[in-house]
Amino acid sequence: MRYLPHTEEDVSSMLRAAGAEDMDDLFSMIPGNCKMNGSLNLPEALTEWELNALMDGLSEKMAVSPEYKIFMGAGSYNHYIPESVSYLLSRSEFSTAYTPYQPEISQGTLQAIYEYQTLVTRLLGMEVANASMYDGASALAEALLMATRVTKRKKVALSELIHPYYRDVVRTYLEPGDYEIVELPRLENGRTDISGVAGMDDLAAVAIQSPNFFGCIEDLRTTGAVAHESGALFVLSFTEPLAYGLFKNPGCQEADIVCGEGQSLGIPQSFGGPGLGMFACRMKHVRDMPGRVVGKTTDVDGRPGFVLTLATREQHIRREKAKSNICTNNSLCALASAMYMASVGGTGIRELACLNYDKTEYLKRGLSEAGFGIPFDSPTFNEFVVEFGENFKDTYKKLLEQRIIAGIPLVTWYPDLPGHYLLCVTESMSREDMDALIKGVRS
Amino acid sequence: MKEIEELFLPENVRYTEMHEWTRDDGDNVTIGIDDYAQDQLGDIVFVELPEIGATFEKGEEFGTLESVKAVSEIYMPVSGEIIAINEALEEAPELINSAPYNDGWIIEVKPNDPDEINTLMSSSEYLEMLKGEE
Repeated sequence: MRYLPHTEEDVSSMLRAAGAEDMDDLFSMIPGNCKMNGSLNLPEALTEWELNALMDGLSEKMAVSPEYKIFMGAGSYNHYIPESVSYLLSRSEFSTAYTPYQPEISQGTLQAIYEYQTLVTRLLGMEVANASMYDGASALAEALLMATRVTKRKKVALSELIHPYYRDVVRTYLEPGDYEIVELPRLENGRTDISGVAGMDDLAAVAIQSPNFFGCIEDLRTTGAVAHESGALFVLSFTEPLAYGLFKNPGCQEADIVCGEGQSLGIPQSFGGPGLGMFACRMKHVRDMPGRVVGKTTDVDGRPGFVLTLATREQHIRREKAKSNICTNNSLCALASAMYMASVGGTGIRELACLNYDKTEYLKRGLSEAGFGIPFDSPTFNEFVVEFGENFKDTYKKLLEQRIIAGIPLVTWYPDLPGHYLLCVTESMSREDMDALIKGVRS
Repeated sequence: MKEIEELFLPENVRYTEMHEWTRDDGDNVTIGIDDYAQDQLGDIVFVELPEIGATFEKGEEFGTLESVKAVSEIYMPVSGEIIAINEALEEAPELINSAPYNDGWIIEVKPNDPDEINTLMSSSEYLEMLKGEE
């Protein structure tokens, strides 16, 4: 494939049309210190077989499931993907995933996105969902910006139990603007301490994550009530939507905006991306919602059809006054999750959620009986924190040799929690896998 | 769209370059968009209104109008405090198209300076301005 399709003749005729002598002349308005001098630091080109060998070598260095038993979650979850999802997704009708402007030739894609939105609102118990965003982290940042628009306030309160990377992305979005971010500490039971919210003025949003970074289920209803008392919106973030197959959905617990990562629903982990930003809110705030929305309508002959709707919020119409500068969605990932939700079905999602919960409880009990502390006693879904102690590093390495990855050390993000590890169990783990881990950490 | 001669530009209100009208009601003024603006925008489908009690400077944006074609901001013709909003527009934004000077009014304002309204254009001055823009 040619990445530079223009011949020298094409280039010089374009330069003539632009009135430039050569390329340097064309780019002369760019300051010298912003231009790159010299060549790119890239290795020599490889043949296809050399490249394959290189990639094979790289992949052998990785610890991947199912060869390794990976008890790691923290925002990326190893769930089984039904074959129907991979098959449907590979259909050529879906291979151009670009958001469709032309409804007259895009009914299939538009209908699929509409079904995705419908499934998202049902899973989360919300009134309206957008056509998706980049990932859970940027969806949270957009949700907070939306809350500042709705409330016309500038301060947001974030739980320290929101995924650390999500909080980083929020800071990237908000800090250059005229916004203030306050962090809410945690309680001893592994939930967010919301007692400080009542004393905060000018609050646009109270944001927590549930299940939170420690795997604990937060008290949504109380958080919502406290947020609303201070005139703020209640923003709920999530990294594991499957939890709502078992636990009460955020919509019936006061949430105003619900946003998070949909990778769990039929999207491979792929070393961290691409993800799926799920985003839903109350209908009364829809005009402040970022992102694309597909609506159902009727054509001139009264036949049902699907179109992009409420586009006046968006950048291509509204320019600098748009509600967000996102003017796209993650269509292919959104379609994968819609296919996953439809394949598994409501009953299936509940059964799967129960399986995740039960297996996690099995490991939690096993580790507890083996003498390890479970420091946070709030209910969890498929992740929990265990205190292996500060001398665990050697055991961790030994387990790695046995192809078992015993979770993620929390001290990286929570310096006051040395020796604490975050463990995850999904349906992909068998009892033997968990028994092997328990046996390994005992020795 | 209407020709300039076809526009209804009543003489009991004052006009701005941004196509809002302002009517002197004694202590307060009533504000809306004029026949030219509603005609240019086309069918209005949504009106975003300010909060009662909010204060704005002259020229500041106080709301938005969304039509099937575009979104436009609406600007304060005079400085003052919002004392009433036309809540009927939430359910029936098309009133702005059908009756821009009556049922389609947008806000009522207590002006900071009651004389500021006199700096706005009269019907004939506004008509001249529109002709100049053609």
